[in-house]
Amino acid sequence: MEFFELFTYGFFRNALLTALFASISGGIIGTYVVTRRIVFISGGITHASFGGIGLAFLLGFDPLLGATLFALLSALGIQFFSHRMDIREDSAIAIWWSLGMALGIIFVFLTPGYTPNLMSYLFGNILTVTRKELWMMLALLLILLGVFTLFFRKILYLSFDEEFARASGLPVSLINYLMIILVSLVVVLNIRTVGIILVLALLTIPQATANLFTKDYRKMMLLSVLTGMAGTISGLVISFYLDIPSGATIIFMLILLFGFTRTVKLRIWRKLQLR
Amino acid sequence: MIKPLVHINHLTFAWEDEPVLEDVDLKIFEDNFIGMTGPNGGGKTTLIKAILGLVSPRSGRIYYREDLPRKKRPIGYLPQIKHLDRKFPITVLDVVRSGSLMRNIPFRSRSEEKKKAERLLEETGAENLKKKPVGELSGGEMQRVFLCRALISDPRLLILDEPGTYVDNRFEKELFEKLKELNEKMAILVVSHNTAMLDRYAKTMVSVNRQLRHLPSGITGRVADGIL
Repeated sequence: MEFFELFTYGFFRNALLTALFASISGGIIGTYVVTRRIVFISGGITHASFGGIGLAFLLGFDPLLGATLFALLSALGIQFFSHRMDIREDSAIAIWWSLGMALGIIFVFLTPGYTPNLMSYLFGNILTVTRKELWMMLALLLILLGVFTLFFRKILYLSFDEEFARASGLPVSLINYLMIILVSLVVVLNIRTVGIILVLALLTIPQATANLFTKDYRKMMLLSVLTGMAGTISGLVISFYLDIPSGATIIFMLILLFGFTRTVKLRIWRKLQLR
Repeated sequence: MIKPLVHINHLTFAWEDEPVLEDVDLKIFEDNFIGMTGPNGGGKTTLIKAILGLVSPRSGRIYYREDLPRKKRPIGYLPQIKHLDRKFPITVLDVVRSGSLMRNIPFRSRSEEKKKAERLLEETGAENLKKKPVGELSGGEMQRVFLCRALISDPRLLILDEPGTYVDNRFEKELFEKLKELNEKMAILVVSHNTAMLDRYAKTMVSVNRQLRHLPSGITGRVADGIL
């Protein structure tokens, strides 16, 4: 198939839009996740959402709705366990992480008959994203852009020094809860892009690449978005031509991009210093 | 009678069942320059956090003067810098500005607020650091920047938690000179292990080791009191 002919297909245009939305939402919220060092919490939320997907299969409702419910429940559950019940935070994460996975496996097992779409939730399938899902992604993206435009400085300062923010009278807990809900929603809507198992990569690897070049929060967000776009779009095209899984290829491209830019940067750096 | 800015009244605090502070009384007046010393783990930082409203006491109360309302309380705070994330992508100018935005100081414009941040950095001799990421600063530079962050909100009380760590003697002396100057406009509470420095600059001294004691000023006074 000719390269440009690809773009005449509706399913491919949808996939391309998904990749763009995923890069932008992942780039923005991922910068928050990485700088606040809540990567592990985000991993817990992601995997816990599998319980909701299993429940949706069993009872026959939209799996993304189930995933959202479980993601939010585990996000609040982790906060509640670690802040109110005095359980170590990483233990709280492990509990919710595995509870969601365990319930998901049981629910899927109990679901009568064959569950054909299960793999697309675990490993993602960007080529089968529906119009409705695209609209939801766009809506979330707009909310995200709105929140970050209106409250950017508060988010930045709170992330940098939570105690100082609290002493200054900022409603720290409220903002923390709001942000973790946004993280959960971005995670859930990107399950269809790259799958539960790999979605965390969308929120962390572009940031690692961006961080090689900048130590400014705003620039890090922007660079993460651009890196994300390069990785998701190239991964999408390559997976299509080689007929290999799209989610895995996208993540592989993101990591390749990180390794490549890091090596090039260090080489150039050394040369400049030798001069 | 002049009312104190902050009045700590029979404050008791405990982590779980471990008592940290017992029956602490302290009044902080407008013109005070209080040096606070005491052993590590003695409760100094907890007392500071109680004043800042970060922890709530088990019993007792802290009263604030009416011009220090609960929200936007004009207390400047310079925390121990070892707790900060050095990898966080934020520039020096943003760190300083963070001190004003969260307090909603009614600056007429953003550029006015930015100018004030720049002026403060200039006054502490740190204007060339403006665009640097915070992770690349030395200990002394870090203290300067965080002092500016505490000062941008025009506090009535400035609290510093061990500002002498990670800096050399010369810088520490400069810092205390600066505090002396600032004391004309605000009350100062500084935690330090450097009692010689506190002796020279602080007007009163207290020691916190579960209980708070007022120390007689000067080394001779303390020797006579049997403390040293």
